[in-house]
Amino acid sequence: MALLTGTRGYVVRKVTWSLGTLLFVLVFNFFLFRLLPGDPIKMYTRGRNTPSEQLIKLRAELNRPIGTQFLEYLSNPFASTINSTRFNRPVWELVAERVWPTVLLVGTAILIASVAGIWLGIRSGWRRGGTFDRWTTGATNTLYAMPEFWVGMVLIIALPMFPSGNINTPGVSGFPDVFLDTAWHMVLPVTALAIVYLAEYTSIMRASLVDELRQDYLQLARAKGLREDLVRRRHAVPNALLPTMTLIFLNFGFVIGGAITIETVFSWPGLGLLSYEALRGPDIPLLQATFLLFSIGVVVFTLLADLLYAVLDPRVSSQ
Amino acid sequence: MTSSLAWTRRRNTLLRFWGDFRAHHSALAGLAILACFALVAIFASLLADPEGLNVAKATAKSHAPPSADYWLGTDGNGISILTLLIHGTRVSLVVGLAATAIAIVIGTVIGIMAGFYGGWARSLLMGFTDWFLVIPFLPLAIVMASVLGPSLVNIIIVIGVTSWPGTARLVCAQTLTVRSRPYMERAKALGAGSWHQMTRHVLPNVMPLVLAHVVLTVSIAILSETTLSFLGLGDPTRPSWGKILDSAYGTGAMSNGEWWYVLPPGICVVLVVLAFTLVGRALEVVLNPRLKEER
Repeated sequence: MALLTGTRGYVVRKVTWSLGTLLFVLVFNFFLFRLLPGDPIKMYTRGRNTPSEQLIKLRAELNRPIGTQFLEYLSNPFASTINSTRFNRPVWELVAERVWPTVLLVGTAILIASVAGIWLGIRSGWRRGGTFDRWTTGATNTLYAMPEFWVGMVLIIALPMFPSGNINTPGVSGFPDVFLDTAWHMVLPVTALAIVYLAEYTSIMRASLVDELRQDYLQLARAKGLREDLVRRRHAVPNALLPTMTLIFLNFGFVIGGAITIETVFSWPGLGLLSYEALRGPDIPLLQATFLLFSIGVVVFTLLADLLYAVLDPRVSSQ
Repeated sequence: MTSSLAWTRRRNTLLRFWGDFRAHHSALAGLAILACFALVAIFASLLADPEGLNVAKATAKSHAPPSADYWLGTDGNGISILTLLIHGTRVSLVVGLAATAIAIVIGTVIGIMAGFYGGWARSLLMGFTDWFLVIPFLPLAIVMASVLGPSLVNIIIVIGVTSWPGTARLVCAQTLTVRSRPYMERAKALGAGSWHQMTRHVLPNVMPLVLAHVVLTVSIAILSETTLSFLGLGDPTRPSWGKILDSAYGTGAMSNGEWWYVLPPGICVVLVVLAFTLVGRALEVVLNPRLKEER
């Protein structure tokens, strides 16, 4: 029993739960594509002319007992035995090439959006019901209603001077040039993603700050004679940042959704565009790989959020 | 006698509810927008001849800017974008509502069972719900839609099956609070079975909060439909707002600056989704007295 109480118990519980979720994702990812009625070969090669040798290899792979296939898959989900049907290359090799562009794009957008969102959330939450708050809330509601990719499409039409696709211009080389060229190509996709994430982060920060406004310690701080500005900066905001940080981590699935459509619109060679290329085939092995990677990402970030919360707020783990 | 009394009470509750709801002007605006789009969806065939959707019969120039004949220009096949928008309204609303219905039924059944039975049933069902909640929505929907193949029914199933966990959690939490109320004990003492307790006591008390959630779920379902259609997972035979954007993307409308191809479908999505959100938020405040005091 002692194992399951206190901070250690909390960590053990969270890690166990994450492992269970991972197992669920693995099983789901494997069986979804195998248990459907019909010939799996047909589904794997739908809509394309597959070379006969690739077809023979695929058939030999899929005709093995399903139990053996499953155990092999479980022992190492990243050792793909089936090549991507679209590129005819090992899927994880394709995935590995695409990780960094996505990290660069999404990372930059999250950084900008979280800083701006937290600032906006503080301003509107502190004087809730005021003019600024009403405008911000209206704007966040409208942004929520916009499909991310549409924001990207409108930006391309509205700002034709920026490059509308790809990560760099072919032929550009040398240290500062490549760097600047990539930054130049990032302007539109990062703006589009940041606008979409901004709505999310602003509303999260506003809600956490509004939750803090009722707390007695703010009253005490005012009674001590602190200026309103200091009450906000020293007392309310640090406490409101706690849930905001964890919610930003928890909403990683939402970040992925934005990355898939925005990378598609801007032909950004990342994981999102790879998923789009996989589903347009459909290229089942590649789809399985991207799905697995995204799900693992979300599980890991959820675990990080839980652990971070325990570090930032000791009350959580001592319960 | 009792039944007439019950009806008067119900009518009064409804009137009071409407009075509260009417105070939210943004929600009334949302309701008006929704009424307009519903009318467009119902009378789509009268407003725009469905023959105009036939690619083989399209006579107009493709990618043409707005003109007197084609108010919103034409798409890559020379079909009027206004006609596509009008008929697309139907698909977006039908998918949004049908997918939400599926999600609400699954979510409510799982949530009530988990909350009512508690213990192991609750750990099991809510654990399962949490798993689904963690799996990122868009990748899951993409995988399911690719496996099932593109069609109207399949897109409804995919969105419905991926959107229920939120409902299940809400219903479970509500059921837990209802379960401890004295009238549940009274019902049990009078010999009510589980089924009777769940359908006659828990469900009616949980439903009001679920109603607000339903409206918000519709808005997310419509957004999801647009995204999936844009990715090419929608029904290829029916026009929808997402599909117009997909064909705009596919035929290079953005690099040619064809704003009439990109803006209208997006604005329709924003209007409908925003309208559902505004109505849903207002319902939340009206039906949940705790929120009313706070905001």
